[in-house]
Amino acid sequence: MEQNPTYKLDLTSSPHVHSRWSAKNAMWLVVASLIPVIISAVIFFGIYQLVIIGTSVLFCMLTELAIKKIRKRKVTIDDGSAIITGLLLGLILPPNFSISATAIGAVFSIAIGKEVFGGLGYNIFNPALAGRAFLQAAFPVGMTTWHKPNFAVDTVSSATPLSAFKFDKVISDTASMFWGNIGGSIGETSALAILIGGLLLIIIGVVNWRIPSAMIVGMLVFASIFWFIDPVKYPNPLFQLLSGGFLFGTFFMATDWVTSPITKLGMLIYGFAISFLVVMIRIFGGLPEGVMYAILIMNALAPTINKLTQPKAFGVKV
Amino acid sequence: MKILHHSKTFAGGIHPSEQKELTEDKAFELMPAPKQIILPLNQHLGKFPKPLVKKGSEVKIGELIAEQDGFISSPIHSPVCGKVSKITVGANVSGFPKDEIIIDVSDSDESILMEPLDAVTITQEQIRERVKNAGVVGQGGAAFPTYVKLTPPEGKKIDVVILNGCECEPYLTRDYRFMIERTNDIIAGLKLIMKALGVEKGAIGIEDNKPLAIEKLKLAVKNNPDIQIVALKTKYPQGAEKMLIKAVTGKEVPPGKLPFDAGAAIQNIGTALAIYDAIVKGETQTTAALTVSGLGIKEQKNIIAKVGTPLMDVLEYCGGLTDEAVKVVVGGPMMGIAQYDFSAPIMKATSGILILTKNEINDHEETPCLRCGKCVDACPLNLIPTRLSRLTQMEKYDEAEKLNITLCMECGTCTYTCPANIPLVQWIRLGKKQVNVIQKARV
Ligand code: SF4
Ligand code: SF4
Repeated sequence: MEQNPTYKLDLTSSPHVHSRWSAKNAMWLVVASLIPVIISAVIFFGIYQLVIIGTSVLFCMLTELAIKKIRKRKVTIDDGSAIITGLLLGLILPPNFSISATAIGAVFSIAIGKEVFGGLGYNIFNPALAGRAFLQAAFPVGMTTWHKPNFAVDTVSSATPLSAFKFDKVISDTASMFWGNIGGSIGETSALAILIGGLLLIIIGVVNWRIPSAMIVGMLVFASIFWFIDPVKYPNPLFQLLSGGFLFGTFFMATDWVTSPITKLGMLIYGFAISFLVVMIRIFGGLPEGVMYAILIMNALAPTINKLTQPKAFGVKV
Repeated sequence: MKILHHSKTFAGGIHPSEQKELTEDKAFELMPAPKQIILPLNQHLGKFPKPLVKKGSEVKIGELIAEQDGFISSPIHSPVCGKVSKITVGANVSGFPKDEIIIDVSDSDESILMEPLDAVTITQEQIRERVKNAGVVGQGGAAFPTYVKLTPPEGKKIDVVILNGCECEPYLTRDYRFMIERTNDIIAGLKLIMKALGVEKGAIGIEDNKPLAIEKLKLAVKNNPDIQIVALKTKYPQGAEKMLIKAVTGKEVPPGKLPFDAGAAIQNIGTALAIYDAIVKGETQTTAALTVSGLGIKEQKNIIAKVGTPLMDVLEYCGGLTDEAVKVVVGGPMMGIAQYDFSAPIMKATSGILILTKNEINDHEETPCLRCGKCVDACPLNLIPTRLSRLTQMEKYDEAEKLNITLCMECGTCTYTCPANIPLVQWIRLGKKQVNVIQKARV
């Protein structure tokens, strides 16, 4: 070794090693964790739901591709984020929803929900929820038409547990809610499938445990308060937890990296606040369900929460 | 009562792939002296020592060739027998060329030793004098002259001397080998440090991925109730002074303060041994123990080499680079310095040379911040790395200062964990420099 070898040496500064985390592999892990939910959708609502989900994914990807091309930006479709938005949007639509409306919602999710803000990392609202909120406004009837699950045991049929309770004070049975044999959005009914995927995300480390934990604890606390006040007028906490889009929102929506707080305390406050809003909307709002609005409202507040929850630096006395 | 086996630690941190298995079973090999030794004068932090030799001077092993100049300074002794070929400026592992003495090595191994001292009857003053004259500098990375750290600060009470046996940087196994091969000498060194500082209690903090070292040290202090072996959770940067003190004593060193302020004095395992060697054996600090590892070198080893051995000789001694090698780092993978010139020599405080391959580095393309919060979660000092890096990019230094940017210890944890691969610590380092400039201008 007389002189320096002819290797092309990398001279970047420390650290010289990096974790395996990247936007790309995190996104693919989310896709993988949604598989149980997709399977539950097929089991309870039929294979046709895959067409809706597929349409949503396809149009999300096409929209992103088109916008990046038009704006002459680097095409980042391989980061998987458009696929996730597509999957998430598809899974929170009612079963047998119109294909063309699905496509419109997908375009809105990406174009207005994400790209208007500058793309992944800059968006304020969860794109999939933004798309659903748009569809709710544009297609109010289609968005509230529910189909019976395949193994429906009773004739109460085409209502979701939440609307059944809100309008008829009927409590669905817990076992059906756990397995997913109830009315609801394509991917939101099976608590079991959601828990499998959600816990997987926490264990692998894609999702920080703080937001889901705060949401679940928050839901149990706030729902219990009302239930203690009047157990006839208000549903029990377990019902609140398992019904509607709560669990799906807990693990797959509120935990979206970009639109949730980054501080540890902020994550707890955010989760707690979402649950508080969900209970308030469900009980006092005109709608049976409130998860979507609760998360969107807290998305908007996330930057403020970050500012207000700056951690105390190590060794600094308060 | 038997308490539950529970390892102490601090909040935050990361678990990088350890890669210790590459070298942990490799006992130290004594590397022969190279043909030429290069001794930069910046062996330690502080003022350069004054060279006492000229071109043509004949030197022996252990001979004083540069004397201490000022309070924070340390002498340099010749690691070899030979003839000074020149005094010049040359490549340095710090990345910046420095003044250096070059010695052509001869065959002789005649050495000059200092008179060994008795570890039992020695006085505080004698310990400091000897450590100073032997040119011992800290082995933990910063290379601070050790005798300064053995002078008890006025008006501060130190409760405990903690030896840092964490070796939390991946790949490095030098301290681990020391703990296994020289267990009793380390305890003896620790006692000398305790004596110099007038402290009753000693502790050695070791990460729990080194059970053999923990076991051996526990056995060695069996009859020594004043010295505690503390198992710590394996986590980077467990070996950072502040983290170590927090884990062992539960106390937090306030910003801008020293370990002394939390009642602790910290020394590295290698430093304790250098102190022991200087006092009990009368040796000056002229060798460096280091781990040579990474998948980019043919033979991974732990070696004891002469201070001043050029990197290329070490690399050659370890079989040379493989075709996959893309980066050569002096130090650990988290905080070490990338090298471009293999004629730079190893220093007294060099703890490792890593030759990394692309796959080990695992760099990928940078994307915008995904706001995942991983950097916030991992920062051991509770900073908000994404914000600090952004503020630096926007040149909003006053806000960065308010958010404690100067506290950052550049451990690299944030950059390591970031899925967007943003060079956070690189930005923060720049921001710190700017804030320092602003702060200086203010006074
Ligand atoms: S480099 Fe600085 S900001 Fe980053 S984790 Fe370490 S201390 Fe925190
Ligand atoms: S780890 Fe990287 S992507 Fe995540 S918040 Fe920090 S800077 Fe942003």
